Amino acid sequence: MKSERTPAFERVTDRMQALLVWIDARFPLSKMWREHISEYYAPKNFNFWYYFGSLAMLVLVLQIVTGIFLTMSYKPSAAEAFASVEYIMRDVNWGWLIRYMHSTGASAFFIVVYLHMFRAVLYGSYKKPRELLWLFGMLIYVALMAEAFFGYLLPWGQMSYWGAQVIVSLFGAIPFGIGEALVEWVRGDYFISDITLNRFFALHVIAVPFALVFLVIAHILALHEVGSNNPDGIEIKEHKDADGIPLDGIPFHPYYTVKDIMGVAVFLALFSAVVFFAPEMGGYFLEHANFEPANSLKTPEHIAPVWYFTPFYAILRAVPDKLLGVLLMGAAIVMLFILPWLDRSPVRSIRYRGWIFKLAVTLFAVSFVALGYLGMQPVSVAYTLAARFFSTIYFLFFLLMPFYTRWDRTKPVPDRVTFHG
Amino acid sequence: MSSDVDLGRRHFLTVATTVTGTVGVVLATVPFISSWKPSARAQAVGAPVEVDISKIDPGSMVAIKWRGKAVWVLHRTPQMLATLGKIEDQLRDPFSNEAQQPAYAANQQRSIRAEFLVLLGVCTHLGCAPLEKFEPADSEMGAGWLGGFFCPCHGSKFDLSGRVYKGVPAPTNLVVPPHRYVGDATILIGNDSGVAA
Repeated sequence: MKSERTPAFERVTDRMQALLVWIDARFPLSKMWREHISEYYAPKNFNFWYYFGSLAMLVLVLQIVTGIFLTMSYKPSAAEAFASVEYIMRDVNWGWLIRYMHSTGASAFFIVVYLHMFRAVLYGSYKKPRELLWLFGMLIYVALMAEAFFGYLLPWGQMSYWGAQVIVSLFGAIPFGIGEALVEWVRGDYFISDITLNRFFALHVIAVPFALVFLVIAHILALHEVGSNNPDGIEIKEHKDADGIPLDGIPFHPYYTVKDIMGVAVFLALFSAVVFFAPEMGGYFLEHANFEPANSLKTPEHIAPVWYFTPFYAILRAVPDKLLGVLLMGAAIVMLFILPWLDRSPVRSIRYRGWIFKLAVTLFAVSFVALGYLGMQPVSVAYTLAARFFSTIYFLFFLLMPFYTRWDRTKPVPDRVTFHG
Repeated sequence: MSSDVDLGRRHFLTVATTVTGTVGVVLATVPFISSWKPSARAQAVGAPVEVDISKIDPGSMVAIKWRGKAVWVLHRTPQMLATLGKIEDQLRDPFSNEAQQPAYAANQQRSIRAEFLVLLGVCTHLGCAPLEKFEPADSEMGAGWLGGFFCPCHGSKFDLSGRVYKGVPAPTNLVVPPHRYVGDATILIGNDSGVAA
């Protein structure tokens, strides 16, 4: 279909073109658009797993926008915080929607980030030359955990209070009196108080979001420098046409913008379903104990972090020693950081790896989910034993990786990308 | 890429997606913009207030707070009311043609009952609080002054019905807020449902 080009239309497009020329002489607008969008060549065999990066960015934007609007009605003081959240829920126009979008967004963020990270494990996206890309991603993950932790104190409910109490106390495990001093310094008081709430608020709304945005930019710049990995785990830059364009590459826009819009539509449908019909998600997204104001004299009967922290919480509880438990919990994160140097396999993608790696990844995924479940449950002898078992598998996945990835019999890797539906 | 691309179909899908997405984004901004409107609490705090007028002596005025602003209730004496007709040639809007009052107060007294004037104590120039200058020939206001209000910020003058004088910065008469009598001696300020125009 040919669009009608009237003289008026021509004049407008000419003006727009002139404006663009004016801007480009002063700011690299067209250059940036080409480099990162219209002439960024991504492998043409992306599959379902490649939705979660753009979705994570979408959720970041949602969290920032809803967060800004929440700060307009929230009061970061121990005397007023709980009531101000109720005020948002009941009195502010659409406040319930903005707050439920933010609380659901927190869980949605971790869901898409966990899937995004698992994609990297499946297709070896952390392997050379993408180690730094992976490290930026891990820093985003850690910043996200800090952001979620600080944010969870703000409603000043019972779970906010005692969750913060437990997590801050973790630092107390550090010996030689350093830990105790550190805990006091973090709290700024002798208990989790108004002072703690006020500084957590500052960290939650200013410091960590700044760090997150900066890290996301670094993550994307690193990605566009080395180019995207793909389900086959091969370098599309090794086969270019006469113009230097990868033969298996397609421009991000329009191909992947259109694909990602599809993902956004599906994601928003699911997200809205939770926001409107199950914002508490049966106590997994918003814990029931948090509907009671913080009381520094009474701990809730059953205390557990929100679901996204529970795998690490289960590891902590599985260890019968305070310091060792904290160290292992930290080590569980450190393992992810050093993943690029643990994997000695000559191939990236799980498609061309042998049965050992496939089994290892399966056991790892099962252990992570199992630990997540166990971290939500009350302590019992059987559950503690189970948590020890799955913690062991979790660590063995990483610690034995340098060995089994070398022993594993890999399949020949194709030259060009393939399609597996 | 094959050359037999259905451009019509592509154009349709592009437009359909753009329109749907734009409508979605615009609708999604509604809750956020709406959240800036006065909340249920602000509305409750801004609810109508009652004034007992039996305790206001003739010739005196009380100021009460409604929605954070001063509302004056002036009990005018017959002498005060008598001044209203004498200065109409000096006023900018003597017959209250501008919609600065509910219809039931668009008269010379600018009130429901002649004696009781209800006014918003906010100058229509730039929002200062005018002062009471009820004494005729007030030393500051000059010999021709018949009593009224004077804004200290920029010198606007109003008569005893809150009508603005000519030649002052304030463009319109002082505002008469919605109000009604809920008993013989009580005025409800902020609600006028049921008052005949």
